[in-house]
Amino acid sequence: MSNVRVLVGTKKGAFILTADGKREKWEVSGPHFGGWEIYHVKGSSVDPNRLYASQSSGWFGQIIQRSDDGGKTWNPPGGGPTASPDGMPKGESNKFVYEGAVGTHLWYDGTQHPWEFKRVWHLEPSLTDPNTVYAGVEDAALFRTTDGGKTWHELSALRSAKGNLWQPGAGGMGLHTILLDPKNPDRIFVAISAAGVFRTEDGGKSWKPATRGLNLTYELPDKSSEVGHCVHRIAMHPSRPNVLFMQKHWDVNRSDDGGESWHEVSGNLPSDFGFPIDVHAHEPNTIYVVPIKSDAEHYPPDAKLRVYRSRTGGDEWEPLTKGLPQSDCYVNILRDAMAVDSLDTCGIYFGTTGGQVYASADSGDNWKPIVRDLPPVLSVEVQTLL
Amino acid sequence: MIRVELPFHLRNLAHVEREVTVEVEGPVTVRSVLDALEVRYPVLAGTIRDHGTQKRRPFLRFYACEEDLSNEPPDTLLSEDVVSGKEPFSIIAAIAGG
Repeated sequence: MSNVRVLVGTKKGAFILTADGKREKWEVSGPHFGGWEIYHVKGSSVDPNRLYASQSSGWFGQIIQRSDDGGKTWNPPGGGPTASPDGMPKGESNKFVYEGAVGTHLWYDGTQHPWEFKRVWHLEPSLTDPNTVYAGVEDAALFRTTDGGKTWHELSALRSAKGNLWQPGAGGMGLHTILLDPKNPDRIFVAISAAGVFRTEDGGKSWKPATRGLNLTYELPDKSSEVGHCVHRIAMHPSRPNVLFMQKHWDVNRSDDGGESWHEVSGNLPSDFGFPIDVHAHEPNTIYVVPIKSDAEHYPPDAKLRVYRSRTGGDEWEPLTKGLPQSDCYVNILRDAMAVDSLDTCGIYFGTTGGQVYASADSGDNWKPIVRDLPPVLSVEVQTLL
Repeated sequence: MIRVELPFHLRNLAHVEREVTVEVEGPVTVRSVLDALEVRYPVLAGTIRDHGTQKRRPFLRFYACEEDLSNEPPDTLLSEDVVSGKEPFSIIAAIAGG
């Protein structure tokens, strides 16, 4: 019998929700790291009991936590809380230091501003090695560990891709999406708030902006700008890594050539503003978004919480409403707060800033809340345990 | 033996009580006390001072003997009462934000 483990990061701790394959009865454990902001928790697909968590606070900075037993116990990698038995230098697992000269990026007043590390937004474990993990951070950069989180090193060539022109938006200049190509280990896509999408074909040695075709209305005066695009999220199906889907600040977009070019597929959505986008586990052309009214009003149109599904890879969308609040709903769904499981009837999950985590065990037709009253949800990941 | 008081979240992180003690060799300063603390509790490195700049994190304060030492140069000598263990060196999480 398969099980499902949902990893939820919130503004005040992490929660782990578990159920069997029916996904009807749920157990909730947590909060883990109570009182800390947990931007992201994700497990290794190679070793599902290996979990990584990004724990941070405005007071104490960044902590990386690791679990080797599916979330029952946690420790900072490299020696635990009080000792460093393997001789690791102090606090190395929490240390994210930009490689070489720190460099500068564009600041709000048009001047150049030094990069300053703030937090890890997203952790993406390797598809082949549980000890290798990529970390997307604010101010935007990509780090990697190859020793299970004990030490982190920047893939600094990314910031050479016109990094001097990147400028933070109101939510911070965070690297929030990391897509690893399952068919080509040298190809990685990353997305950065208010900067855009970037692609490497050589394992991170060099990067190029991958933003051609994106609509720039209301964002950038120069229609040829390669950077400065406020990308909220990108997604791919592992069987089809050349096809990418994007929820941009405004517009939902699709690329059929590995990010070389994009075209809009917002179609009949009631609003094409939103944050998350995800792909069905077994239907590469079925995608999900949660429209939000506007960038000035971060809540659903008409106060109705609706997931929209397209079975045609975009353009034609249907609202999914059964079990979701259809009046007086003013929550938001953040960019990392949607995920899918890979059971036969694909499960879809998302968390809200109101603290609900909703699940559908039938590809989005019917929804139920797993929990209703968590702190604001920052991220949701799902593990399908066989 | 220097007594160091830690705020709630750092106590939990290091799995210790409110107060810990550290040995400091040589002059007892803010820097040497924090260095000794981080050697004994490696997980605290970077949580009190920035990894790169070694500057105090903005929402933490350092108090001792009813004085705010937060903005003193890190090599300022601490008072005899802290050195003797009569008074603790307190790391305070500022009341700020949510």
